[in-house]
Amino acid sequence: MDYLRAFLVGGIICVIAQILMDKTKLTPARILVLYVTVGAILGGIGIYKKIIDFGGAGATVPLLGFGNSLAQGAIKAVKKDGITGAFTGGLTATAGGIAAAIFFGYLFSIIFNPRTKK
Amino acid sequence: MEKDIKKQQEYKDIAQKYEPKPTLLKNVLWAFVVGGLICDVGQFFLNLFVKRGMTPEQAGTPVAIIMVFLGSFLTGIGIYDDIGRFAGAGSVVPITGFANSIVSPAMEFKREGFVFGVASRMFNIAGPVIVYGVGTSIIVGLIYYFLKG
Repeated sequence: MDYLRAFLVGGIICVIAQILMDKTKLTPARILVLYVTVGAILGGIGIYKKIIDFGGAGATVPLLGFGNSLAQGAIKAVKKDGITGAFTGGLTATAGGIAAAIFFGYLFSIIFNPRTKK
Repeated sequence: MEKDIKKQQEYKDIAQKYEPKPTLLKNVLWAFVVGGLICDVGQFFLNLFVKRGMTPEQAGTPVAIIMVFLGSFLTGIGIYDDIGRFAGAGSVVPITGFANSIVSPAMEFKREGFVFGVASRMFNIAGPVIVYGVGTSIIVGLIYYFLKG
């Protein structure tokens, strides 16, 4: 059941991006920036948590979830450390993902070469 | 001259015949299926960590790390771009697509060196994502501080 909900929510999030890409000429890079920003806003006002409660990984795996983690981390850290937390919380909450992206990204870029285009 | 125009028209007709015509419906369907499946892979690992005693919130980080690993690896061996060709946003929006946006330009520009080729091109797209994401989160934190403080 949770697989079905993750599939639905994740699929719908991707469909919205696909429609934006086809109808507005937004490039994938802009979509990613848009999604992380919207995710942080939805996370900040507490809406995204409800989507995660329903969709599980369907909501956390798309970049919206990354934005949500940033905003939730900032709020959590403000509760704990006051105003400093606004600056430490976001990156603290997402440190694992960002560090992995830098590490594996670098590693596989070094190991592999782009395939020659056919 | 007249012959040239005729040839040009012929060329246009042939080119048009072979030009792929991606319909919105087809794109949307593929984005839905592939995006959904990638999220289900994430759900599989999420369930795995929850079963081993983590809360879903705690499990978020290791799941993100695994998905980033898979995204970078599949990009490295060239499979992710094959998926992306028909999946469109379905392969862009998940965090595996974020990893793809790092490895793809970094590999491409390796010949420009390991500093300005690989290391700086890694952030072609990831850089803006982090700038806007972290920037927004700081604003959210500040607003929360002043509203609740």
